[in-house]
Parts: sequence; C-alpha cells; structure tokens
Amino acid sequence: MRIVSKEFLVDGHGMRIAKLAVKSPEIASKAKAGQFVVLMVEEKGERIPLTIVEADASNGLITIIVQAAGFTSSLLAGMNEGDTLYSIVGPLGHPTDVKKYGKVALIGGGVGIAEIYPVAKAMKDRGNYVAIIIGARSKDLLILEKELTGIADEMVVMTDDGSYGRKGFVTDALKQLLGREKYDLAYAVGPIPMMRAVSDLSKSFAVVTLVSLNAIMVDGTGMCGCCRVKVGNDMKFSCVDGPEFEAWQVDWQELSIRNGIYAEQEKHICRLNKA
Amino acid sequence: MKNEPVTAKEEDRSSRVMNFGEVVLGFSETEALAEASRCIQCKDPKCVNGCPVGIDIKEFISRLSKKDYDGAYLTIRHKNNFPSICGRVCPAEYQCRKLCVFTKKGEPFASEKAINIHFLERFIGDHGAAKGIELKAAEASDLAGHKVAVVGSGPAGLCAAGELARRGVKVVVFEGLHTTGGVLRYGIPPFRLPRNILDGEIDSLKKLGVEIRTNFIVGRARTIDELFAEGYSAIFLGLGAGIPSFMNIPGENLCNVYSANEFLTRVNLMSAHKFPEYHTPVNIGKHIIVIGGGNTAMDAARVAIRLQNMNGIKPDTTISYRRTEVEMPARRLEIEHAKEEGVKFELLTKPEEFIGGERGFVMRMRASRCELGEPDASGRRKPVVIPSSAFEADCDLAIIAIGLGANTILTGVTPGIKIDKYGDVIVDPETMETSIKGVYAGGDIVGGEGTVIEAMGMAKKASLAILDRLRHLSTGF
Repeated sequence: MRIVSKEFLVDGHGMRIAKLAVKSPEIASKAKAGQFVVLMVEEKGERIPLTIVEADASNGLITIIVQAAGFTSSLLAGMNEGDTLYSIVGPLGHPTDVKKYGKVALIGGGVGIAEIYPVAKAMKDRGNYVAIIIGARSKDLLILEKELTGIADEMVVMTDDGSYGRKGFVTDALKQLLGREKYDLAYAVGPIPMMRAVSDLSKSFAVVTLVSLNAIMVDGTGMCGCCRVKVGNDMKFSCVDGPEFEAWQVDWQELSIRNGIYAEQEKHICRLNKA
Repeated sequence: MKNEPVTAKEEDRSSRVMNFGEVVLGFSETEALAEASRCIQCKDPKCVNGCPVGIDIKEFISRLSKKDYDGAYLTIRHKNNFPSICGRVCPAEYQCRKLCVFTKKGEPFASEKAINIHFLERFIGDHGAAKGIELKAAEASDLAGHKVAVVGSGPAGLCAAGELARRGVKVVVFEGLHTTGGVLRYGIPPFRLPRNILDGEIDSLKKLGVEIRTNFIVGRARTIDELFAEGYSAIFLGLGAGIPSFMNIPGENLCNVYSANEFLTRVNLMSAHKFPEYHTPVNIGKHIIVIGGGNTAMDAARVAIRLQNMNGIKPDTTISYRRTEVEMPARRLEIEHAKEEGVKFELLTKPEEFIGGERGFVMRMRASRCELGEPDASGRRKPVVIPSSAFEADCDLAIIAIGLGANTILTGVTPGIKIDKYGDVIVDPETMETSIKGVYAGGDIVGGEGTVIEAMGMAKKASLAILDRLRHLSTGF
C-alpha cells in the first residue's frame, strides 16, 4: 500500500492529474484490463474506486491515475512517494472481455484516457486492429499520448480549443472513423456527456460499444447498492455486474443525477479544507 | 415478588437519540443475581435446545447464582466464543427464552416472565472480558501443523476461527473490507453493539493466535484452489449475505433512496454521521421512510432518527411494513426501542412508487393499504393489497430494508461449488461441507438471512467437521 513513485501528468490550468505506483503484490498478480481497486487515503477517508491502469506482477506494483476533482481525489493526488494508503482492495469488477474482435476503436476523454489504456493494450496484444481517439480541453491537459501512440495502429488527438492535434470533440473524429470503415467494437471512457455522445453516434453506425462507468461506490463488492445503474430494463450494480456495460442500454441521465447526490457535501468539505 | 423479572436499565430515551451510545445498560451484579435467582433450574432445561450453539444455560446461571462468575464465563465460552456480542444481539425471545418454562407453549415469542437469559449472558460476558479471562489454545495439539483459511470476518467466520484456534489450529481470516467484524460492524449500529465490545471480542481471537488479513477478497486476490496450493488444509466460507434486494418499483433509483446496507454502512462503518471529520457523506431527510420489518429496518430507522435529532431536524422517521407488528421478524426489544425513540409505524402498507422532484431526488412515496390474507409459505399471513387504497406520503429519504440476496463474488469464479437457485451455497447439513472437498460454509451464505447466533451455530458445526478432516489428514484414518 506504499506509494513507490508519483508524478503529475498534468499540473496547471487549474487541473492536476497524478500518476501513482502503489505496492500491492496481491492485486498486481491478479489484475486484468478493465478492473478496479477501492482505496482509502486515510483512516477517516472515503472508499473510492479507481481503475487499475497498469499492473506488474514481477515487482508487485499497480499504477493508478487520479484527477484532483473532489476532496478525496485531491487528497490522493496530493500524496507523495513514500506515503502509505490506509487501504486498497482489488482487483474488483469483471475484466474486459478481451478477444479477437477485428477492428476496435477506443475513445478516451480527459482522465478517462487512463482507463482506455489497459484495454487498448490488451486488445492490441490479442491481435486486434486498434484505433485510438483521445481528447482533452487543451494540449496541457492531455495524458498518456505517447504510451497510446505506441499501441495504436491509428491514433487521433482532439482538443476542444485546437491547441494540439485537431480542434473539436472525440465524437468528430469517431464519426469520420466509423464513416470510413466498419468497426467491430467501440470502447469509451470519459465524462458522462462524452460517453453518451459516443454511444449515440456508435448506435447510428451500429457498432457495439462498451463503456466503463464511474458510479459512486462504498464497498465495491456488491454489498451496498450505491452504484446501481439502469441498463436496459435491468438494475445493475456497477461494482459486481460491471464496471463495463453496453453503452446503448445505459440510462445516462439517471447515472448523471445519481453521481451528483453528494455534490453539496463535496463543496462543503472542499471549502472547509481549503488552506 | 421473587418471580418478577428484572429488566435491564436503559439510557434515557430523550438523550439517547442525540448520540450513538449503547441504549441497554445491562445488569448490575445485584440485578444479575436477582434475575438468576428466578431460574428454577429445570431438571430438563428446554432453554438449551433453543440455543443454536447449545450453551449450557442452566449451568451458567447456576454458577452465576453462586457468584462463581469466572466459572459461569468458562461455561459459556465452552460453547460460545462471543458472549458479550450474543448477550446484546441475540433474539433470545425467539430462541432460548421462547423455550423457557415461563413461556407458555404456542406463544409467538417469549413471555416477559421468561428468564432474561441474554442479559445474564451479557453480564457474564462483560465480566470475563473486563477480567481478561482468556481461553488458551490447546498446546501440543496434534493439529498444530494445519492451517485453515476462514473467508469473512463476520459472525460465522469469527466463530469458526475461534473454534479452530482453540484446538491449536493455525487460522488465517481473510476479510474483504478494511476492517473486521462483517455485519457486526457495518450493519449493527454502535448503540446496539458498542465498538469496544466488538473490538475486545476480536482481540481475544487474535490472542488465540488467529491472524486476520483485511483488504483481501478471496475469489479475486486468491482462488480457492490457490489457497489449497498455499498449504491450507481446509477452507471455511463465511461470506455473509451480500446483495441488497430492491422492490422493483418505479422511482427506486432516485437520489436518496438507499438500501439499508448502504445507509448503515455509511454510518456504522464509515462514520458518515461525523462528516466532515470523516470524509464519507450521508444524506439526512426531513421525512424518512424505512421499508421493512426486520432488525435491519429497526437499525436503519433508529440510526435515521438519531441523525435527524443530532442535526436539529424535527424527527420524522416512519417504518413502513406490509404486515402487522406481530409478523415483524425483528427482535421485540428493537421494535420497542424504535417506538420509544419516536419512530412511527405505518403497518399494512405496500410501497408502489417513489416520486421524484426536478433534481432527481425522491419527494414522495405512493403506497397501498393491505389486509392480511391466508398464510403463505413462511407461515405468516400474506399481505393483500386493498383495491383503490393508494395514498401518498412525504418522503425525501427512503431506506429499503427488505432483505439480501447472495453475493456471488466468490461462487461466481468457483465453478466447483454448488449453489441453489438463490445463489446460496449448498452444504451437507451434517458437516456444512460444500460440493468441494475441504471447503465448508456457514452463516447467511447458507440458507439466506439468519441471526448472528444461527451463523455461529453453523460455523461451530463446520468447525467440528473441519477438525475431523484435519485429524484424518494427520493420521490417515
């Protein structure tokens, strides 16, 4: 649970994204693409879920990437090499169903880029043709471009302000990609509006799309039901039934509302702890 | 009069809703002796048959009466490792006290005249804990070379760990959460089971040599096969019940509709009532409705009404239940306590829909009135909806406490383990062994939700079978 290395991938423009390597041999030896951990920064902390970005069984390290968005994620992003997490458990959730699909398009937005990275790697290793589209607000906020370029058969970078790559949204690039040729699977992680837009688009091209949902969790093992989402006509728990679901079936509005359930407390605790 | 029952003192009802301190204060020595003296020491004590772990109730009460408290403690510990816990949470009125000679036959639960066995057990348990009376692990045990893995640190797991460790077996308990106790910690609130009592009982296990590994989910971090490969001679699964059930009615996913598990976990495990000192939040409603009639519903309602009182909200917490109070599966004491604390009861009511406001938060509940019909499979009279009886009630926070289904994290990745249609693990009722040789199970993962002591009863049975297995492995016959 000790943090053996930490760096900021983004630190500026009011945004911090940290990459932490955590010693956790049990998790590292078992983690597969698509799975997550639940961790606590300190004894009085919250339990929060985070995707396992990399896992190395040989040195017992897992990598997590966190954007300082709320109170707990800011605490975590503020931890340093040598610090120890209060708790970490995993790997949780179903692994991605990695197999030979043919052509796979992976779409990552913001810190969601971190979550498509392990899946992109696994899909590539499995012999798929991998097209990757990543997007951020501007150049300075873009993460893992180099790592993903090393994997991608085809890569597009989009920025909202046009400061790097092409100007526009990931959906602009996806529309072109899917318009050009038939894809067998799309896989998207990012802010809810982005995933929803990707889902609408991929549906119009009839390309099956998986998304990894970021519902609020407590235990992460199916016990509390906090992370329930409506998928088609069923109620699913993101933690034990997901975190991946077929995008077209997800009730995005409900997810978006449920993720704001503690918005006021979040504001309160952030304000209180501002230096 | 000698035969008047002695009742345990309780915290004042107006002050107790302002905190999470223990409500039942237990017996003083004088009170314990007076209550014990009421026991007529039946020749054929039926009470023992009502105890899922078979505590020699007659004997411990006899020793208590003679002020041999240490002896009484050892008598209980001989059968039950956790007297201070069971003395607080056992539904004695359905178990030992129901069979007490002072309860008339055929009553749904114990008479008030029945000996307050649970309070006596608690008195003795707390005496033993305060005095630090420890059972020693068997020395030079022929089983000392064996290691047993216990999965889950709830009532079943802790009980199995204690039973095995006492016989000199090395026990490692694997717990998925960051702390021990399972439902005893995340489910049962501190005002029913103070945390120092729980910690004390778990510490006594550690002193027996039990090793506890938290943050470790068997099925994820290790499979059953891998545990065997690492040298464990047997595995006990005390996985607990897991997945909270919902009613599948419209509006159930609105914000502020909680499962009881989530609501209780946020408060009991994560201390959300101390937000922002603790970082986990929980919402508190002005009009809270708790759906269900079991102990979990009572716990959730009593936590809810405390949160309202502690936060200056005019208390308005209602339990909504489909049947009547007699059919409620909760302990009678919890029902009384909930009422005393101001929880309202809306009986013969079936929720139909939660209605939300613009922001996606629940605002109202629509429900129907019921009447009792013919008995159903459980033997209780079935609630039947009265046509056109629907009404709406203010409800800005709902807590659903209607039960739990099996958690399949482990069974889902262990194809060799046979489960029933509910997802519960199938065991040989004699040995609690599952369809995988050397793997045993007990508690809520076997046969659905039960009580703490029933879980312990199963764990005890499994432990005996595990000891047999270890002896067999040691000696070859």
